[in-house]
Amino acid sequence: MSAQTTSEPEIVIDVNGLTKSFGGPPVVRNLTMHVHKGLIYGFLGPNGSGKTTTLRMLCGLLTPDSGTGTCLGYDIRTQTADIKRHVGYMTQRFSLYNDLSIRENLEFVARIYNLEHPRRATQEAIDRLGLADRADQLAGALSGGWKQRLALGACILPQPELLLLDEPTAGVDPKARRDFWDEIHQLAHEGMTVLVSTHYMDEAERCHEIAYIAYGEILAQGTVAEVIAGAHLSTYTVTGPNLADLDETLKSLDGVDMVAPFGVELHVSGRDAAKLEAAIAPFREKGPQTWTRGEPTLEDVFIDLMSRIKDNSA
Amino acid sequence: MSGASDIDRRTRGFRASFLRVRATFIKEFIQLRRDRVTFATMILIPLMQLILFGTAINANPRHLPTAVLVQDDSSFARSFLAAMRATDYFDISLTASSEAELDHFILSGQALFGVQIPAHFGRDLIRGERPEILVIADATDPTATGGAVAALNGLSQTVFSRELVGPAAALAPKKPPYDLRVHLRYNPAIETRLNIVPGLVGTILTLTMLIFTGLSVTREIERGTMESLLAMPIRPFEIMLGKISPYVVVGGLQMSLILIVARLLFGVPVEGSLALLVALTLLFIVANLSVGYTFSTIATSQLQAMQMSMFFFLPNMLLSGFLFPFRGMPQWAQAVGELLPLTHYLRIVRGIMLKGATFADLQADVLALALFSLAAMTLAVARFRQTLD
Repeated sequence: MSAQTTSEPEIVIDVNGLTKSFGGPPVVRNLTMHVHKGLIYGFLGPNGSGKTTTLRMLCGLLTPDSGTGTCLGYDIRTQTADIKRHVGYMTQRFSLYNDLSIRENLEFVARIYNLEHPRRATQEAIDRLGLADRADQLAGALSGGWKQRLALGACILPQPELLLLDEPTAGVDPKARRDFWDEIHQLAHEGMTVLVSTHYMDEAERCHEIAYIAYGEILAQGTVAEVIAGAHLSTYTVTGPNLADLDETLKSLDGVDMVAPFGVELHVSGRDAAKLEAAIAPFREKGPQTWTRGEPTLEDVFIDLMSRIKDNSA
Repeated sequence: MSGASDIDRRTRGFRASFLRVRATFIKEFIQLRRDRVTFATMILIPLMQLILFGTAINANPRHLPTAVLVQDDSSFARSFLAAMRATDYFDISLTASSEAELDHFILSGQALFGVQIPAHFGRDLIRGERPEILVIADATDPTATGGAVAALNGLSQTVFSRELVGPAAALAPKKPPYDLRVHLRYNPAIETRLNIVPGLVGTILTLTMLIFTGLSVTREIERGTMESLLAMPIRPFEIMLGKISPYVVVGGLQMSLILIVARLLFGVPVEGSLALLVALTLLFIVANLSVGYTFSTIATSQLQAMQMSMFFFLPNMLLSGFLFPFRGMPQWAQAVGELLPLTHYLRIVRGIMLKGATFADLQADVLALALFSLAAMTLAVARFRQTLD
């Protein structure tokens, strides 16, 4: 193992300045990221922001155009064979064999990782995942939720030190998502590091740390609280009648950067607290809505980050 | 974490590598077993081809429809026609009453041969005037008429032996002062199926082996399973061996099927060593699987892999000596043929099955097949994309 891991053993993913393009403009631009051992690290961003490309570079499936880094102390350019032994990668699209049963799929994985007792390990995984009733069903016949359980089961079967999960809960029902996250937390508790990409804000809030990526660049990273605080966003929550009309009016005001309806509430945010106060003052006095000072949500922050990028590039 | 050093230990070494190849073999075999259409194809293609080629194809056809225009009623004319019938090549089924009608029979395809015996043929012959018999052959298909024309030339020696006696004996053709002995070894009756059926083993194996492996890697890419496979600790040559080996078994089964049917239905023998035939056929199977696998790593879809397989299959079929005599081809075509595995295998399979050839007789072809396999495998492993770049 390299000297880096012995001096700072807690860093599992350590990459600097990763850039990757596929002939066109870069999909990932100058990406730097450090993930500590035992953490659940959420990787957020809109579609096409470079999340999948980043995950693929981390597990050796893509070679970065420039930039350096290590994953579990192995060089992501030259030691991909070692990385593959220790990393479990769950693809966005189900990529096990539809024409094999759950048991056959898991046994295949167990054998490829040279587990000592592939049959026994497979049976244990089937029991742990609660797939015993379906063990001999073809994977192609399973529903989305069960496929996702199977894919996760296949990933953790060889007991990797690092899990890379690419939008694992897309299209999965809330109960299955809850179970899935409970499992992830249990694994992290046992010392596994998990990097998980997602679109869902509630999932982001279940992560120890998050990074927000858009247009191939990381815009913010840290704990959820740090990211929210780092955005320096002032937010008011408005309740009362005629919110739709108010929404339209507020949007055009200078100092109001974002207005978003949340059920019976309206979130009104601005980057400059003083300007926001000045802009909304007449509405607070006039009524009839009730204004309360609130905390911006993670979603407020991400939408604001996105719009800043647009403002800069426009 | 103790698991770290554990997995490093488990996954290294020859045994670990063998176990991964075996895992891939098992996976491929299960998938193959589940794919009923493919499985049926593997059995039906050989059977269908064997029965079609074995029964329907004859490069030395007999009983060909023949039209006659007889303008002479001598016994010579009758003897000549009787001798033609006796060769078994001619089936005199049409009688023309004019030259125009004779031409029409040939043009319309009702007859492949037209025979015109002119007026006063018998009289002129006795007078020593060397009258002519005209035989028109439809040579658009030389194979169809070649044997019959050769038989016709052989007639002249004996056809009028009964008529040319007594005073006319001087007109009888003289025998050459020597005897020519021709031994038609290995296939004395010149039966096409003895040539075709062993060749079919090679052709069928080429076709099926190419297609099945050609599809194997592209299928993983099209179904999206390649991404998972590449993220696992398995090396390209392990994937290749694991994917190829189930088809060695399949090819072996096909070969057995063909040999059994060939023996039972067509009486095609195996004169030489069966063990040698099996061993060298396995080598040939591996050669084709390697080519198919190489295509599989180049093609981006199953359709492309299929097209590449056909592109490779055609010259194999045409230039190997399967359909047309290898030695009859121009030098450049023979040179291309020497590069194709089927060419060498045809010499091997015909050699062992028909001629009883031994390993020593076939060394050069075995070496060529082995080199070919090695080159194709090396190329396949080098071409295999280990990343998604």
